[in-house]
Amino acid sequence: MSEPVVDVHSPAAEQAAEIATARKDILRIATAGSVDDGKSTLIGRLLYDSKAVFEDQYEAIERASKGDYVDLALLTDGLRAEREQGITIDVAYRYFSTPRRTFILADTPGHVQYTRNMVTGASTADLAIVLVDARKGMLEQSRRHAFLASLLRVPHLVVAVNKMDLVDWSQETFEAIADEFSAFAARLDVPDLTVVPISALHGDNVVTRSDRAPWYQGPSLLHHLEHVHVASDRNLVDVRFPVQYVVRPQSDAHHDYRGYAGTVASGVLRVGDEVQVLPSGLTTTVAAIDGPRGPVQEAFPPMAVTLRLADDLDVSRGDLVCRPANAPQATQDLDALVCWMAEEPLRPRQRLAVKHTTRSVRAVVKELVYRLDVNTLHRDQEAGELGLNDIGRVRLRTTQPLFVDDYNRNRVTGRFILVDEATNATVAAGMLPPHRG
Amino acid sequence: MTTPDYRLTQLETLEAESIHVIREVAAELERPVLLFSGGKDSIVMLELARKAFAPARIPFPVMHVDTGLNFPDVLEFRDKRVAELGVQLVVASVPDAIAQGQVKEEPNGSRNRIQTPVLLDAVEEHGFTALFGGARRDEDKARAKERVFSFRDEFGQWDPKNQRPELWDLYNGRIHLGESIRVFPLSNWTELDVWQYIAREGIAIPPLYLAQEREVVERQGMLYAVNEFVPAREGERVFRESVRYRTVGDANLTAAVRSRATTVEEVIAEVAVTRMTERGATRGDDKVSDAAMEDRKKEGYF
Repeated sequence: MSEPVVDVHSPAAEQAAEIATARKDILRIATAGSVDDGKSTLIGRLLYDSKAVFEDQYEAIERASKGDYVDLALLTDGLRAEREQGITIDVAYRYFSTPRRTFILADTPGHVQYTRNMVTGASTADLAIVLVDARKGMLEQSRRHAFLASLLRVPHLVVAVNKMDLVDWSQETFEAIADEFSAFAARLDVPDLTVVPISALHGDNVVTRSDRAPWYQGPSLLHHLEHVHVASDRNLVDVRFPVQYVVRPQSDAHHDYRGYAGTVASGVLRVGDEVQVLPSGLTTTVAAIDGPRGPVQEAFPPMAVTLRLADDLDVSRGDLVCRPANAPQATQDLDALVCWMAEEPLRPRQRLAVKHTTRSVRAVVKELVYRLDVNTLHRDQEAGELGLNDIGRVRLRTTQPLFVDDYNRNRVTGRFILVDEATNATVAAGMLPPHRG
Repeated sequence: MTTPDYRLTQLETLEAESIHVIREVAAELERPVLLFSGGKDSIVMLELARKAFAPARIPFPVMHVDTGLNFPDVLEFRDKRVAELGVQLVVASVPDAIAQGQVKEEPNGSRNRIQTPVLLDAVEEHGFTALFGGARRDEDKARAKERVFSFRDEFGQWDPKNQRPELWDLYNGRIHLGESIRVFPLSNWTELDVWQYIAREGIAIPPLYLAQEREVVERQGMLYAVNEFVPAREGERVFRESVRYRTVGDANLTAAVRSRATTVEEVIAEVAVTRMTERGATRGDDKVSDAAMEDRKKEGYF
């Protein structure tokens, strides 16, 4: 079967090209749930209905489908072990776009055993979708997903109440779940919560509004994903520029060039701005900003640029550029919430490597303050260790100062990872909550 | 391009993310190398590396695993680009490894599998600790699962069930002697993003990617251009067709697609309406089984 030739000047091709090349932004989504919640079916439905599924992929799942209909869940199949066990073990990334937006979807596992993989997927998300089976209501797993999303400060949370067809689109059932979730979310300080009744299997309220729930006045799931306002989620106030790499051409043409490459973490940097470099505390001005296409007048997150400074200072990787009147806190004492991801537990007096922005230091665990029960939000202050997938509050003392902000205010300078120095494994995600000390 | 609302477009966001990844590797890993085949994805990756360190030179060499089955156009392009950028080119040669008895030719003529030990030998010989690859997560379901920094043990193996957690953009490049990291700066790009970036930045590509009348034969529903690596078999009908390549792999295994797209803009229009994945449409080597890519990756393939 060979394909027909595409007429690249046909109206269809021109329209497709126009949609594809339109100026769009990216929304990063994380979905959490298990196979039973219909998560794979929902993602399959989003991919299929937004025409991100290719013919050969569709034919492959058509062949593999066992029932009377094409099982869209098979579109999200991944590793051999996952197919064998019928579960999701690790994050898979999916890509689709609509005329308004392009979407990167991290399809993450729901089982507690693979929490670290869920956290991997959710860490970069602008929006998290938690799936709930309408027949079962809010389960322990749904609470855990919502909690992890709030811990990571994913700015937008969507609860998709799925399998509404199996409860006859009962408004009462939906509202009971929505109320229960809202009450839980209020305790978690979730800034933006949206609850949508759907049937992923039949496509109701996924891409288009369904007439099966006339009592529901909200948008379809995809409409919400296309329109949710994310521009204000970024911090454009506090200038934070971790120096990543020093660019020194050492060539005749650029003999005196010395640039500090990095990604703007927050704030807006402009040529001519007075800036301070940490840890030295010396001040200078921004002489030039070089972007990927040459000099620019200003840089904002998440631009990757190279700064040139007016004065010849000693600046290296791990230093941080900020404004003199608005500097982060320099500290060797971290009071942090950590999600522990290793089989070997975290215990007091343990030594670990820390990576914070572009700065790598070592740390010792001074104290395990409490372990958090994700279901009850109870703080167990008697806990002696954190096991795999546990969340707790710890105090760390670092060998060198780090330049930190509250995670709530700044997702880049308020986070870090812990690495086991013997195995080199990444063993924890850390976040600095407000009101420390 | 700066906009008053301080937002980046999708391409600018992807570009920034890739540059961040490339700089992070150069800063943290001792001996990186960039895999450069002359294919469109590695061309874009090399361009991003250039931007990451400009006006300085790219601070690491590039490597090509030469199967001896390359399209001549692509080799010519590779050498020209490397010369322009002033980077060092390391060639790991599969024909040399066959001649020296290190690997054996497979009966079906595919050198896809045997290039893996050649790659791993070159990595060991040069002591490379990080290898940049141009793979994208939208290409294949095994790739969809892979981290940006993908840890490999001393045998170059990928363990998909036990990947390191990867939080935010805090990449962990720590390794022991003999281990390495495969790095995929284009992880989040789609085929269409790559084409749009080539168009937007005016990046040069080998002519194979654009449609041209070529002599072809049809095998198992796919069109192969007749050349020194793909002679017409007895009884096969050779005919002329306007075709282009969507991927550039080994010349004996890479099929072409019917196309009239003679400019990058026309390719974008075509890709935007085409309904087959690029690997499914053109790569004989992926048709083996449902998990072909997963198996090859575990062994150390890209």
